[in-house]
Amino acid sequence: METEILARIQFAFTVAFHYIYPPLSIGLGLLLVIFEGIYLRTGKAVYHTLAHFWTKIFALTFGIGVVTGIVMEFEFGTNWAVYSRYVGDIFGSALAAEGIFAFALESGFLGVLLFGWNRVKPWVHFVSTLGVFLGSMFSAVWIVVANSWQQTPAGYHIVGEGFNARAEITDFWAMVFNPSSVERLLHVWLGAFLAGAFLVLSVHAYYLVKGKHIEISKKAFKIALYVATFFSLAQLATGHASAEGVAHNQPAKLAALEGHYPESAAADLYLFGWVDNETKEVTGVKLPGGLSFLLHQDWNAPVTGLDAFPKDEQPGQVNAVFQFYHIMISIGMALIGLTVFGFIQLKRKKLFDQKWLLKAFIWAVLLPQIANQAGWFAAEMGRQPWVVYGLLRTDEAFSQAVSANQIWFSLILFFVIYLLLFVLFLYLLNKKIQNGPFDKTRIQKNPRQQAYTQILTE
Amino acid sequence: MFLGIDYPTWWFLVVGGLFSGYAILDGFDFGAGAWHLFFRKEENRRIALNAIGPVWDGNEVWLVIGGGALFAGFPVMYATFFSALYIPFMLFLLNIILRAIAIEFRGKEPMLWWKKTWDIVYSVSSILLAFLLGVVLGNVLQGIKIGERFLYIGDGFFDFLNPYALMTGFTTLSLFMLHGANYLLLKTEGKLYEKLERLLKKAIIFFGISFGITTLYTLLYIPHLSDDFRSNPSLFVVPVLVFLAVANIPRLASKRNYRGAFFFSAISIALMMVLVAVELYPNLLLSTIDPEYSINIYNAASSDKSLLIMLRIAAIGTPLVLGYTLFVYKTFAGKVEIDENSY
Repeated sequence: METEILARIQFAFTVAFHYIYPPLSIGLGLLLVIFEGIYLRTGKAVYHTLAHFWTKIFALTFGIGVVTGIVMEFEFGTNWAVYSRYVGDIFGSALAAEGIFAFALESGFLGVLLFGWNRVKPWVHFVSTLGVFLGSMFSAVWIVVANSWQQTPAGYHIVGEGFNARAEITDFWAMVFNPSSVERLLHVWLGAFLAGAFLVLSVHAYYLVKGKHIEISKKAFKIALYVATFFSLAQLATGHASAEGVAHNQPAKLAALEGHYPESAAADLYLFGWVDNETKEVTGVKLPGGLSFLLHQDWNAPVTGLDAFPKDEQPGQVNAVFQFYHIMISIGMALIGLTVFGFIQLKRKKLFDQKWLLKAFIWAVLLPQIANQAGWFAAEMGRQPWVVYGLLRTDEAFSQAVSANQIWFSLILFFVIYLLLFVLFLYLLNKKIQNGPFDKTRIQKNPRQQAYTQILTE
Repeated sequence: MFLGIDYPTWWFLVVGGLFSGYAILDGFDFGAGAWHLFFRKEENRRIALNAIGPVWDGNEVWLVIGGGALFAGFPVMYATFFSALYIPFMLFLLNIILRAIAIEFRGKEPMLWWKKTWDIVYSVSSILLAFLLGVVLGNVLQGIKIGERFLYIGDGFFDFLNPYALMTGFTTLSLFMLHGANYLLLKTEGKLYEKLERLLKKAIIFFGISFGITTLYTLLYIPHLSDDFRSNPSLFVVPVLVFLAVANIPRLASKRNYRGAFFFSAISIALMMVLVAVELYPNLLLSTIDPEYSINIYNAASSDKSLLIMLRIAAIGTPLVLGYTLFVYKTFAGKVEIDENSY
């Protein structure tokens, strides 16, 4: 039992930390492509400066994403050996495709993106940027496909019994396009675009409030605001599609998301609330019959509740699932409100005069991050007690060969090193922001090095 | 079956190829890192770091793909291997992270103490990574305590630090340092270049000694590794090729043909991986408790259908990967030039 909990805590901790970075890389990648694309079309130096500046921040997020991602790949084997054996036949091909099509593409071109500014023609550089961006998008495809297969297995059959039982692939495309993969992938992509766009909004709002780099920041802010507004609204559609999918494929999870217990009754939609898993009651502000209406366009349509499932097939932490889900929804709504309001102000040419709004955008960078994390926690905790939905239980899936002490060791190790990593990340991010987009070279501060650089480059 | 060879064997070749590619590529950048503290001047350290700057990240992709390939093709091996060698792999991951942090962050502050601290982290982690890879390899060659149901039942970490694994650890480290010195010679000029020429000689001696001892130890104490050679004498050509390739390194180095020396250090790594593959095949991980419990490419493999899908993916993907790897190396070919985008 202790081993299982520790393994879960370690996996949750390492994957949650990892997930700060890839969405930023995907989102910033999109903006890099836009900035550099505009530069190629118009030839205006300001867009080159923007692309170059954001490349440096991109490099930071990408680097941390890679190293924390390597941990994830090996953690399946180290801590979830039974799971790895069970799903390897299916999960493996998705991971292999990720490695070869996506990760190799992005990491290969990354060198040119970061270091090739003076070495290749502008269009070759643009193609490299595009390669890195597409690579990160493909990466998300295979990872989300694999995870979605755990939520809604398809295209497989079970071979063997007991210890030897495992899922084997019968139809590759049915596995790839399993019932939940498309809508979840879109949801994840858009969440990533929002994470990136809001970082750009935040940094340039900060410059505008401080009265620094005004012209370039207005241009960047506008572009990022277009991106953020569009995708905040679009996220509503993918979110709705995901919820409908959950209702159809994972009714126990859906019931937990809204704290709905009765076996079959009209279900309410909560704005916020608190679930008591003992009394099976939710205290909070609700729209009666709201969930029924969203799913069936009928306020009285019955929705399957948690009581319809045996106790040991219900998610254990209903309140946590409920809270994470509602945090995500609330933030999603807030993002729509903020971006649409900002967009209207932009069109009325009043945006840049309203300091309070710009200040709101500075802090809003945290919102998509929190929503992305909360969404995943809701999705993964809502899947419990299954690691592969309906097939393999989490409490049967961990590594038997690993002791609790060993996990304590690695857990503390990861905690310390990730804390260090996070502090360094914030420190360097802040430093790059303070230096600003026109920081030609950090070497300039050190005359001796600068002279040396000149000798080398001449 | 394809060309008369079954799919698990094909996938064994794929995984072997990926890990060989990984050893060659990350081998030179771990090796370059291992030498880092031997360079005294800040400028030289910076040049040495930037010699691997644009490529180290891409090199680690091979680890990711290799790990993925193992998971995909031989899930039983992946599960047993990584959960058994839990602590060594956790230390490996720790060092991979520390090393990446050091590379990314050393140049971000002008203070000398900042750079020196990260230099130490970078170099020590590079050394430990090379060493740990060797330790893991040594344990694979010897076999580990696998019991019923592919479950590891040994004592854990200190089990893995046995004399043979320590020897393969040192051999791997010395080989990577040799390989890394060759790489840096292609990337540097002037005083640093001359210094590397001297270091390369030391690396050759270090490697020669550890390789010799490990080979002797293997022949004397781990006889099961030569079984395949006794039963199929034509395989003897592989160790002969290894020795010829290794012998070429000092020959070319003494002629100051470092391009050739680098080529042959890469070839040596590849051939040693072939040697390992020949010694193991068709096993992946031997049980020292009972051969019945050993993991081989058949009891560990995914279904033929899955393997076929992945072989197709690999057939499409590999040329692409090689294509843009070449493009990147071509873009940054020649001596290191520091510019404002460098580390």
